[in-house]
Amino acid sequence: MNEPANIRMPEQPSTTIEEGSSRQQDRKQRMSIILFSGTVDKLTAASILATGGAAMDMQVNIFLTFWGLLALKKGAWKDPNQQKISGEFAEYAPMVMEAFRKKNVKPWIEMLREAREVGEVNVYACGMTMDLLGLSLEDLEDIVDGVQGVAGFVAEARESDITLFI
Amino acid sequence: MTQFAVDREIDARGSACPGPLMELIRAMKASRKGQVVALLSEDQGSKVDVPQWVEKAGHKLLAVEEDGNVTRFIVQKAR
Repeated sequence: MNEPANIRMPEQPSTTIEEGSSRQQDRKQRMSIILFSGTVDKLTAASILATGGAAMDMQVNIFLTFWGLLALKKGAWKDPNQQKISGEFAEYAPMVMEAFRKKNVKPWIEMLREAREVGEVNVYACGMTMDLLGLSLEDLEDIVDGVQGVAGFVAEARESDITLFI
Repeated sequence: MTQFAVDREIDARGSACPGPLMELIRAMKASRKGQVVALLSEDQGSKVDVPQWVEKAGHKLLAVEEDGNVTRFIVQKAR
């Protein structure tokens, strides 16, 4: 303990910050979304936000976990039994679904597809949820780009300008 | 009111956010530099979203015309 080998020199932190900021200027701004919910209202909100991010030239990374991942099982989006609204807003469900229909709100998965057409939207499935539910990438909609772990997501989220948990 | 020669007219009335913006983005992609696209929208968010996007994307907002709850955006592809 008499050798202070691990003590940082004062100039080290500022060098790190400078490197960080110059790197930030080179890359696109990023939006990270943890999509945990599988109800239509929240899937729609997440899809609209991803679309906005893509339109405004951000790189959008969506991390699907739990109910959010189940919602992207092949065909689940059009299965009437999966068209649920968040429990805490259940009493508003008929009103919301009617408003969606009347105002021509597109199915959320269609919005996600469009977002991927106009910009960079990466969709990753949570590896832990995949293992838990015995799913493989082939069981999911083709907009899912791959499987990611929590550390991989955190590595991206820590570099993000906007991070959302939905 | 100045008249602009519009190359492409998009009617996104009745389409909810972010529909009109997405239709504009698609039309702009399909246009050539210098061409003018007009977008009709009834979505209130468009009034903010369209000018923001046009600025971010580096195009030119030539005019915004309001008629009741319909807004007509005239945008020129600048790059």
